[in-house]
Amino acid sequence: MSPLYEPWDEKRGAEIIAENSKHEGPTLVILHALQEAFGYVPEPAIPMVATALNLSRAEIYGVFTFYHDFRKQPAGRHVLKLCRAEACQAAGGDALAARAEKKLGIAIGNTTADESVTFEPIYCLGLCATAPSAMLDGRLVGRLDEKRLDALVAEAQR
Amino acid sequence: MKMRIFVPRDAGAIAVGADEVVAALEQAAAKRDLPIQIIRTGSRGLYWLEPMVEVATVKGRVAYGPVSPADVPSVFEAMASNGPHALRLGLADEIPWLKRQTRLTFARCGVIDPRSVDDYRAHGGYKGLERALSLTPQAILADVTASGLRGRGGAGFPTGIKWKTVADASASRKYIVCNADEGDSGTFADRMIMEGDPFVVIEGMTIAAITVGATKGYIYIRSEYPHAVEAMNAAIAAANRAGFLGTRIGGSAHSFDLEVRVGAGAYVCGEETSLLESLEGRRGLVRAKPPLPAHKGLFGKPTVINNVLSYAAIPFILDNGAKAYADFGMGRSRGTMPIQLAGNIKFGGLFETAFGVTLGELIDDIGGGTFTGRPVRAVQVGGPLGAYFPRALFDTPFDYEAFAARDGLIGHGGIVVFDDTVDMAKQARFAMEFCAIESCGKCTPCRIGSTRGVETIDKIRSGERVAENLAVVEDLCNTMKFGSLCALGGFTPYPVMSALKHFKQDFGPAPTRLQAAE
Repeated sequence: MSPLYEPWDEKRGAEIIAENSKHEGPTLVILHALQEAFGYVPEPAIPMVATALNLSRAEIYGVFTFYHDFRKQPAGRHVLKLCRAEACQAAGGDALAARAEKKLGIAIGNTTADESVTFEPIYCLGLCATAPSAMLDGRLVGRLDEKRLDALVAEAQR
Repeated sequence: MKMRIFVPRDAGAIAVGADEVVAALEQAAAKRDLPIQIIRTGSRGLYWLEPMVEVATVKGRVAYGPVSPADVPSVFEAMASNGPHALRLGLADEIPWLKRQTRLTFARCGVIDPRSVDDYRAHGGYKGLERALSLTPQAILADVTASGLRGRGGAGFPTGIKWKTVADASASRKYIVCNADEGDSGTFADRMIMEGDPFVVIEGMTIAAITVGATKGYIYIRSEYPHAVEAMNAAIAAANRAGFLGTRIGGSAHSFDLEVRVGAGAYVCGEETSLLESLEGRRGLVRAKPPLPAHKGLFGKPTVINNVLSYAAIPFILDNGAKAYADFGMGRSRGTMPIQLAGNIKFGGLFETAFGVTLGELIDDIGGGTFTGRPVRAVQVGGPLGAYFPRALFDTPFDYEAFAARDGLIGHGGIVVFDDTVDMAKQARFAMEFCAIESCGKCTPCRIGSTRGVETIDKIRSGERVAENLAVVEDLCNTMKFGSLCALGGFTPYPVMSALKHFKQDFGPAPTRLQAAE
């Protein structure tokens, strides 16, 4: 169940920017809204946000690149995030990360060549008492073991 | 009469199948043609028992757990007939792990429907605000100060003093900001309370607003917590409908609007000034202090910025009086702390108790040791910036000063347990690596020190001039500790230095380390 995104469209982008410009300090709100619509923040949107907020293009680009969440390009059809923080490390997360990398054939932080899966580290989902944990397209999975991880990877590859 | 069944909507319960259990319950009820009402609550915080399902009986709520979808048909039978079952835990309130806690802040979490103002009020909610509305701001400040409440985010700054500074400031506009950027691994109390009892956070923020004269508030929640974002938004909408937010709160002259803002995956935004920058729509660069946020905070206006748990403690204090809260605790750490037991632990979850409980009691007695069954070797207290403690320090009482005296910190109250397979040099390296990934880049010790730290620890691990490089790490840590702008660079030395101090045998070339372990 991968979310379906709209293709980049300047008019639609302008609408989203206008809708979200009314907030106090709207930059992050706008970038989130753009990514929610298009699956990433298309580069042509950056100068549009700058113009709408009367800020420099560099300022908006700086915000865009500062935060880990914002994507420069679309992710794979499925996004698998594996927690790599301490509580999950203590519960065997390192071995699971290595296992998933092997199964997917990519290092964590990359997208498979067929663009089916983006595999990313995440630093804490707040599920530290049911560690190790992961998130597949927004769905949370705790108490990961090899079997549950394999099922998750297989699901992402489908 | 409909059977009333309670299943958590908490993200931690959902991650282990709570939604599937709900579906199976509905199916089982349909099959038996028994009318049921399923109430989605928060979690009680006994995570090894999640999904924990409760059913209302004349004697109280009877719990079952951990329930898998496959268990549901037989559990449902047991519920309907009040019969025995292997997963039956008895009355939820009588479960020893829960009963021995002192739940002041988390009293309602896992009990009530987090989307219902009525349910919140039926369980004592909004009584604190009611009393606050009958008091002068000075009287509220006196209560908050006398309670001894200290910032639960980690820094432990007295909440009453912070509020007074903002109350005394004159400005056209003031803000209340809630720091819900709970990025520390091993902590989940903010998430739990936002998902399980969001109104207590709203009530605490509202009391802050009427005390200092603020009319607008923001809750900054990290993007890794989509369930908490949804729960807070639903609760804010419900509070607005019920007249507890918006104009003329509870029929008073006060107005207060509340809005959720979502972070974007930057750990450093949990630092308060970085969070304010982010709320203003900028890169989360840490600000130099002074000026304090209490004087010049959000958009340059006086701002109260507190952690979720600080606000959540306020309604109890106002409702029951400062003394009722301050009577718990030890030394200068008053009241209760929601402690989070995580990582490789048998009975992991949320344990709210008065300050003063020792680390050993928490890990061995309450937590039951590791789930792998291996000996506990190290525990990290207070998140990625907290120190690693060996068993030799397990007599340390949970108290801000006691931890500081042993070169550690309690931070946000998270404890991550590691068994004897842990490689502490690797953990020290991770602390530096995490700092390098998450550094905002504004100050040099943090930005460059962390990267050099990773490189130097790598050299040590490969056996390259170990003694000299250990000296370099120590030197780097001192520079970071005393030269960084905020706690990210300033506290990263805690895990690194504590690992070096207490687990020195792990630092050296890999072969030696393996031999030493044998």
